[in-house]
Amino acid sequence: MNAVPSPRIPPPMSLLAELTHRCPLACPYCSNPVAMDRKSEELSTADWLRVLDEAADLGVLQAHFSGGEPMARPDLPELIAHAVQRGLYTNLITSGVLMDERRFTALRDAGLDHVQLSFQDVETAGAERIGHLPGAQAKKLAAAKLIADDGMPMTLNFVVHRENVVRIPQMIDLAAQLGAGRVEIAHTQYYGWGLRNRAALLPSRAQLEQSEVDVAAARARYGDSLAIDFVTPDYHLERPKPCMDGWGRRFLNVTPAGRVLPCHAAETIPGVEFPNLREQSLGAIWNDSALFNLFRGTAWMPEPCASCDRREIDWGGCRCQALALTGNARNTDPVCGLSPFHDVVLEAREEERTPELIFRQFETVR
Amino acid sequence: MTDSAAPAAASTGQMIEGSAIPRFTRGHRLQHDKVRNLWLVQAPEKAFVADPVAASVLQRIDGARSLDAIIDDLASTYDAPRPAIAADVQAMLSGLMAKKVIAI
Repeated sequence: MNAVPSPRIPPPMSLLAELTHRCPLACPYCSNPVAMDRKSEELSTADWLRVLDEAADLGVLQAHFSGGEPMARPDLPELIAHAVQRGLYTNLITSGVLMDERRFTALRDAGLDHVQLSFQDVETAGAERIGHLPGAQAKKLAAAKLIADDGMPMTLNFVVHRENVVRIPQMIDLAAQLGAGRVEIAHTQYYGWGLRNRAALLPSRAQLEQSEVDVAAARARYGDSLAIDFVTPDYHLERPKPCMDGWGRRFLNVTPAGRVLPCHAAETIPGVEFPNLREQSLGAIWNDSALFNLFRGTAWMPEPCASCDRREIDWGGCRCQALALTGNARNTDPVCGLSPFHDVVLEAREEERTPELIFRQFETVR
Repeated sequence: MTDSAAPAAASTGQMIEGSAIPRFTRGHRLQHDKVRNLWLVQAPEKAFVADPVAASVLQRIDGARSLDAIIDDLASTYDAPRPAIAADVQAMLSGLMAKKVIAI
């Protein structure tokens, strides 16, 4: 009798290509890991072209070019043109501070489909306190105008937290004024840099409830003319978010140094090898690596997840959050009210707040 | 990104003129997915699966053919009564126009 074949693993839908961790901004909630990849470790242009080929062959539909600031890579137009040629939908996730007419034209001519442009606030002082780069707000507004004048589809992204959450209505109005078709209002996620700054950034319960009211009112006001995506802060939920829509189900992330991850924070997880594109193909990593199979599906789950009727809705929540808050990535996400560790989240909601921010930076010693 | 929502949607919107020429808006396109063997609409930060009926309509949207020409082609290809096809195509396209996937 033959060995039982392993069930076919559905192919990934989406590739997050983190071209570099270098960035002119220093946002204290950056989604990059606390230990960032340096320029000398970054993949070459040829490496990235191969990643895009392998991603398209594997079944990836959309390539999201991100960073750090992806426009810090001079080969960005070449990578976008290659992705377009391979039928990938291309999305540039940028701060906009390196955009000018010449660079935008090169991206457009490469066939770029869509830009997600980040803003830190609608008020210059608040925005530049968070981004830590004087003059950034004017550059972002100029970038938005270049994109909108061309007619390229654009999403504005605002990360919200204690200091700016009150201005959600103005953020949405700004997106409409600048000609964006979509706006994302995303509460800060508390991993990595965000977790370091939780005491300064986590909104109060009252602020959270007001943010929900503000988004609902804006949706009623704008209707179909502006799509409004809202990411809630999971510390105030009773059930966890389905992180990445399930580990190794739809999404893969390639770091600047070529490591392939199921989510951008996965490098915090101890005791597992992080596969690298310099040594293996994307398909082998997606299908067969220990990392991608570590929390895939439901077989790994402890109670209360294993017998929960939401196990294929929540997928156990976030592994990195379970690790950061309970010390073990295998635990149920403690955001869940059924988690035996839920108290750590309840305590964080009430913790003393501080105005002190720790800004993102490369560590001097690694 | 979702693979669950079919783009076809009933709509109570206005009738689209038969002479109108539908086209995909910038940022949206129909694409055949060779790996999964299905048709999908690529959109900003998501993709919709087009079921076989929707795909047969969307494949005929090329920015050159009018709505009447598309309906005629479908009626003859599928040997189906034109009024029924016309009603289905109208409903589907007005739903996609509300979502700004299609414009005329």
